[in-house]
Amino acid sequence: MTIDTSRRGFLKSAAAVGAVLVVGIRPNGALAASGTPSMLTPFVQIGSDGSVTAIVKHFEMGQGPSTGLTTLIAEEMGLTMDQIGYDFAPSNPQVYNNTLFGPMQGTGGSTAMANSFMQYRQAGAAAREMLLQAAAQAWGADASALTLQDGVISGAGNSAPLGDFVEAAATLDAPADPPLKDPSEFRLIGNPDVRRLDSAAKGDGTAMFAMDIQRPNQMIAMIARPEQQRATAVSVDVSGAEGIKGFIDAQILPNAAGVAVFAETTWGAMQARDAISVEWDTSAAETRSSDEIEAEIRAALEAEPTYNVNGADLGAVRAAVDGAETIVEETFYFPLLAHAPMEPLNCTIEQTEDGGILLHDGCQFPTIPHGAIAEIFGIPFEKVQIKTVLAGGSFGRRATPQADYQVEAALAFSLTDRSRPVHLVWSREDDLRSGYYRPAFGHKVRVGLDANGGIVGWEHRIAGQSIMKGTPFEAFTIQDGVDHSSVEGTADSPYQIPTAAFGLTDTEKATSTLWWRAVGHTHTAYVMEVMMDMTAKAAGIDPVDFRLAYLTGNGADQTRKAGVLKLAAEKANWGNPPAGRSQGIAVHKSFGSYVAEVVEISGTAEDGIKIEKVTCAVDCGIAVNPDIIKAQMEGGIGYGIGHNMRDQITLTGGVVDQYNFPDYEPLRISDIGAIEVHILPSAEAPTGVGEPGTPPAAPALANAIAAASDMHVATLPMDDNGVSFV
Amino acid sequence: MKLTVNGTEHEVDFEDDMPLLWVLRDELNIKGVKYGCGVAQCGACTVHIDGEAVRSCQTAAADVWGAVTTIEGLGTPDAMHAVQAAWVDHQVAQCGYCQSGQMMQAAALLAANPAPTDADIDDAMNGNLCRCGTYPRIRAAVKTAATKLQEV
Repeated sequence: MTIDTSRRGFLKSAAAVGAVLVVGIRPNGALAASGTPSMLTPFVQIGSDGSVTAIVKHFEMGQGPSTGLTTLIAEEMGLTMDQIGYDFAPSNPQVYNNTLFGPMQGTGGSTAMANSFMQYRQAGAAAREMLLQAAAQAWGADASALTLQDGVISGAGNSAPLGDFVEAAATLDAPADPPLKDPSEFRLIGNPDVRRLDSAAKGDGTAMFAMDIQRPNQMIAMIARPEQQRATAVSVDVSGAEGIKGFIDAQILPNAAGVAVFAETTWGAMQARDAISVEWDTSAAETRSSDEIEAEIRAALEAEPTYNVNGADLGAVRAAVDGAETIVEETFYFPLLAHAPMEPLNCTIEQTEDGGILLHDGCQFPTIPHGAIAEIFGIPFEKVQIKTVLAGGSFGRRATPQADYQVEAALAFSLTDRSRPVHLVWSREDDLRSGYYRPAFGHKVRVGLDANGGIVGWEHRIAGQSIMKGTPFEAFTIQDGVDHSSVEGTADSPYQIPTAAFGLTDTEKATSTLWWRAVGHTHTAYVMEVMMDMTAKAAGIDPVDFRLAYLTGNGADQTRKAGVLKLAAEKANWGNPPAGRSQGIAVHKSFGSYVAEVVEISGTAEDGIKIEKVTCAVDCGIAVNPDIIKAQMEGGIGYGIGHNMRDQITLTGGVVDQYNFPDYEPLRISDIGAIEVHILPSAEAPTGVGEPGTPPAAPALANAIAAASDMHVATLPMDDNGVSFV
Repeated sequence: MKLTVNGTEHEVDFEDDMPLLWVLRDELNIKGVKYGCGVAQCGACTVHIDGEAVRSCQTAAADVWGAVTTIEGLGTPDAMHAVQAAWVDHQVAQCGYCQSGQMMQAAALLAANPAPTDADIDDAMNGNLCRCGTYPRIRAAVKTAATKLQEV
């Protein structure tokens, strides 16, 4: 079956084949079915030619939901994976709500499978039951005697393809509570041989990314930006660009945040942007340097925290640490980081025949740009459509609370007569230099040990810029002043640490910040796991045994975290590295999943470290697609290691110092050896896999470096702080 | 000016300094070749000129010295090149944006070195960034493709 990723194409083909059965969930949560696709936006559409299409409500940035969610429908309908296609859902926050952070449609927080697992299985099961019911009526048989397998309904002496019953099934009411398959009957869920549905198109070059959208008669727009955030454009002189082939026009954006440069080609737009001159008002612009940000954070770590995160008795904890036999103390600093997805940000905007607006975008949070576009053009929400296409990576960057690049595209489009579609394109320099960074954070931790090497007190201060404050997400991520994304992975860690105090201080907003693959866990896991290692060393106890001592009892959190820790240690032959190699371990829970990693290196910090091998163990509940889970762990590990090896965004007088990959160099193939991933079998509900592989990677590397060179890196990136890599 | 791409000769009007990348993408609507950095540091724009892997973002179209091959000309969906088949077999792609450049680089490597070691692969592929971190699978897929090509 061909995969038609064009929604319009699907509707056209659905109309051509006649009757269509669509099954979805109404806004009130009840299963619903309809014979008219336009009446209901569903999770599965079935044509009378037998074609089945899963409607995927999460965008695809490589993390696999187009395969995963389609698998759920196919499983419950008894289909093989080549009997089903998929299509990305249109933007509709009620119907395609992310149940874990709605009411809005969006992908993030590693929630795609976690919030879809039951929903999509129920939709598939309801479709199956309705088709069986229709066949039973046609054959005068009892539906319970019939089965749907591989696209064929059979039983009671009859057999016919499911397409024969679509028209009749479409007239039935959807069952309220259709029976789901017992996990023992799963053929696709958990099957390591189920293939990604997007591999072929990504292998032969036909995969269509947002950057590849070429609407008839489209213009390219690029934005001339100020060097400092929050500077505004006062005037523009376009005379320098007038001879440039394909240059059309340049105008100040309505919000004065930049100048839109229009051209016939991307190259023309790039040249014209360089050739125009813009006068900027910098009176309200950002002028701080990253050194000042760091100094403010380090000063905050020396003062009493603003917020008591876990309601601890600070005095008692401090007394316990101060009175301990041994005190292990360290201060950590994490710089700003850019996401730098491979495909630079871009989207295409056009006016539809009915005066509405259509956005083509690798869209991570459709609801936010949807609303913003409606507001910019003063049209009803219903008149805006978003066509989601493949995204060339994101790591969080394509979702901002302000819909930054989609708003730019809309504002640029608003400067035109709207007769031509506008494709907004960012350069790599725009991507690295325009903010929305992983915020800089600092931690200061003091751990007290008794004479037996047991922890008697853990005092932990955190300081950095809140991501969520001042955004629409504030309402459900801030509690008693504490932005959970600043502290996640510390006080809520499954470690049973006695007498622990966690405090938080927000620092001044100095640049725009954003969730970056694994968000707060990117720094909290590093601190928790390096501190556990340093403390184990001070106690003279093996780092695995030391951690396990704080993961005792029968609690699921402790059992599962200990489970991956033990599995990774076993598979990595922990404690017995090959000659000339050193190992480090880290384990962390994030987004509901538990991941442990052992990094094995050769060399020393002084002579050069080489990352030879990483062994990973993951418990993410039911492993819907084992190969995609492994791929996400592999990628998450590389993402965590690469940035912490050598990347940082720095500012001088408010101006970003980095331009492009030469000075923000990501992980390359020669930087990393083999990665081996082991999945812990589980019957628990599925949890996230896009992010949880990232947090343990850098601390495991830091701990391996410590094993080789007796130094724990506490200020990142590593190569700026005493570690060389070969 | 004449440009031969994937076996087809095109008459294109472009300025001398226009990079081949943008001639392919914006003038000829060949979108398999990708823009990633524009400064030859990521390899997403890799194409072949007379079989040699080059960064099309830093190659002026006017300087092109031979026939250009992009991912669309390496193989077809129905008859993939061994490198493309190995990429699908190992499910290398995550987001997939860098992979056409990776495959073009790998195909050029295997044409020059039919049995590369891990170190050879790392050397040849080090200029091609993958932000999804698919490197271990790239290494495995290059080896599978090498074996397949030697069987032929």
